[in-house]
Amino acid sequence: MIPQIIFTLLFLTGTGIFAFKIKKIRRNIFLGKPLEIKDNKAERWKTMAKVAMGQSKMVVRPVAGFFHILIYVGFVLINIEVLEIIIDGLTGEHRFFAPYLGSFYNFLIGFFEILALLVVVACFVFLYRRNISSIRRFKMPEMKGWPKLDGNLILVVEVVLMGALLKMNACDQILQLRGADHYMVAGSFPISQFLVPFFDGFETGTLITFERIFWWAHITGILIFLNYVPYSKHFHIILAFPNTYYSNLKPKGQLNNMAAVKKEVDLMMGGDPFATPETTVDDGPPERFGVKDVTDLNWKNLLDAYSCTECGRCTDNCPANQTGKLLSPRKVMMDTRDRIEEVGKNIDKAGKPVEDGISLLGNYITEEELWACTTCNACVDACPLNIDPLNIIMNMRRYLIMEESKSPDSVTSMFNNVENNGAPWAFPAADRGKWIDELN
Amino acid sequence: MSTPIHVPTMAQMIASGEVPEVLFWVGCSGSFDDRAKRITKAIVKILAKANVKFAVLGAEESCSGDPAKRAGNEFLFQMQAAQNIMVLNGYDVKKIVTGCPHCFNTIKNEYPELGGNYNVIHHTQFINDLIKDGKLVIADGKSFKGKKITFHDPCYLGRANDIYEAPREALMKLDAELVEMKRCKAKGLCCGAGGAQMFKEAEPGNKEVNVERTEDALEAKADIIATGCPFCNTMMTDGVKNFNKEEEVEVKDIAELIAEAADLI
Ligand code: HEM
Ligand code: SF4
Ligand code: SF4
Repeated sequence: MIPQIIFTLLFLTGTGIFAFKIKKIRRNIFLGKPLEIKDNKAERWKTMAKVAMGQSKMVVRPVAGFFHILIYVGFVLINIEVLEIIIDGLTGEHRFFAPYLGSFYNFLIGFFEILALLVVVACFVFLYRRNISSIRRFKMPEMKGWPKLDGNLILVVEVVLMGALLKMNACDQILQLRGADHYMVAGSFPISQFLVPFFDGFETGTLITFERIFWWAHITGILIFLNYVPYSKHFHIILAFPNTYYSNLKPKGQLNNMAAVKKEVDLMMGGDPFATPETTVDDGPPERFGVKDVTDLNWKNLLDAYSCTECGRCTDNCPANQTGKLLSPRKVMMDTRDRIEEVGKNIDKAGKPVEDGISLLGNYITEEELWACTTCNACVDACPLNIDPLNIIMNMRRYLIMEESKSPDSVTSMFNNVENNGAPWAFPAADRGKWIDELN
Repeated sequence: MSTPIHVPTMAQMIASGEVPEVLFWVGCSGSFDDRAKRITKAIVKILAKANVKFAVLGAEESCSGDPAKRAGNEFLFQMQAAQNIMVLNGYDVKKIVTGCPHCFNTIKNEYPELGGNYNVIHHTQFINDLIKDGKLVIADGKSFKGKKITFHDPCYLGRANDIYEAPREALMKLDAELVEMKRCKAKGLCCGAGGAQMFKEAEPGNKEVNVERTEDALEAKADIIATGCPFCNTMMTDGVKNFNKEEEVEVKDIAELIAEAADLI
């Protein structure tokens, strides 16, 4: 009975802390501006099925794509076994599903073992790619320090967890053969049978202890891992699904028309300038044009930031980055996430939103980075989770121009030309048809 | 090449009681830039040859607002859009052919919300349709036999609007060989001009984007780099010059290549 109580407490604590953190992140995401995405439900489900479940954009890079699918499928399926482990833990049974599933159970356990081995192999491949081979996207400035450690930790933890699972099964099958009390004969062990020689020499009592240790290590490991996920780029294993569901379905070239600007332009173009304003209610400080800090972004931008896997496909495809400019769309996403976490922590401390004198634009992202973007959409196209770094870049440019009138001189004169001549160059509008005279 | 081509403005057409089938939206490059004007003329010659009843706005056309919007100046963009929409709606325009993917994208995707709803087509699509429908016959002109042509996808036609095939189909009508660069279609590399970069110095780096892109084209051993955007055309021309290859490698818009093959220029 005692192990069951300990397990129940452990399980509730683990999932409870996780739920608490998820609630915080949810709150942070909705610090973003409202945005209604309720259209085209069928197409949204389809996009999610294709891009997240079907990994359609992952396989563009065949090596990373293939090994990721191993981990992804392994994770999803092995979780069925975790479900059994949880039920065993709560009920004090051993291999709870076995009596119900019969020989299919044996097949499943065998299948999971093979998956576990493949996951281990894939993790080693990824560790090799990250640390030994020279892949450009893992070697950029924003990948130093924590992001690098994070990337490796996840892989090591996966290996440890899978190792515990296999060793647990190895002990289990010896105990089954010896007819130990409580260890009914169930499962097939295509992989862990090779671990049997390491444990065969021990007495039954010691083996039971080992088996229990691996069992507890596996489940505690999973609970710790669960709580690590929301602090890591590994959060994508959950957010990839909602994030692709809320993908932008419009043509990538379409940039939203700002409603607040439309109102003013309508007034200037045709509205009656002497009409009394519609409302005299004070709406508080007027809304900012564009984005200075993360709370000016919309919630989808923030969901994007929490979903980012830091894979760097965006940056790898970015023409500005490839030609040595400071801009990296991956860094834009990582900065956004770091800053919204910071804003969230401030709120946790003070109990309300606080002005800390820091902002996304300026403290995290510089003007030089923003002005390097060609708006080519290569980053958007490359992202396996349909994240849109360009939208954040554009909205920060809007802030620079419309709130601070800050632009490179040549851009300022382009604006002046458009305004005065209706063309980005200083040609008189009357000359627009000159080419017609030159035609014949 | 013989009969002079008449290019009516919308105002003239309406005054004479006629309604054009399409409005040709020339764009600022196509109107003012000497190199781009040659593309404009090629498009017009194709329209005339195919007996398309078209008109232009002439002095009534104004910048679509794309460079302003992409540089962050939403006010200026919406002012330009409002002005253009007023003119276009005033003439009850239904169908627009653009000579520039930036104008194409903006008018097609961003004008509708502001009150401008038109059927917008990029010139490479329109030309491809004219050939497919038998309205434009490619004959008697320049032969491209033995030449390798590669198409540089403009970001605002390709990734921005998922149009990859129409320009290629049009090029395949030529007797040349179409070769692809290692990065093409959705993976095509930008020429470096978009997002108002055309109008400013590049930020500090170690290379120009157009040079990086020209390397792709040279690697594909292309004799002709085909473009569908006046900005790309400028950038790729400069890129080729950077490698001192202007003798060997030509940079031409699809409209120019088709017009040459149809003996129009
Ligand atoms: C739900 C189960 C999933 C698991 C267990 C999982 C696991 C992992 C692991 C361990 C890595 C690290 C690989 C490395 O070191 O590079 C990774 C990376 C990544 N994952 Fe997932 N993932 C899951 C779902 C997804 C989904 C649904 C997507 C969306 C398409 C996705 C996209 C990515 C991307 C883009 C990377 C970066 C890898 C790269 O370098 O290309 N993952 N994932
Ligand atoms: S849109 Fe901007 S950030 Fe994205 S790839 Fe192109 S240049 Fe880079
Ligand atoms: S934005 Fe997308 S492509 Fe870029 S690093 Fe994040 S997950 Fe990868």
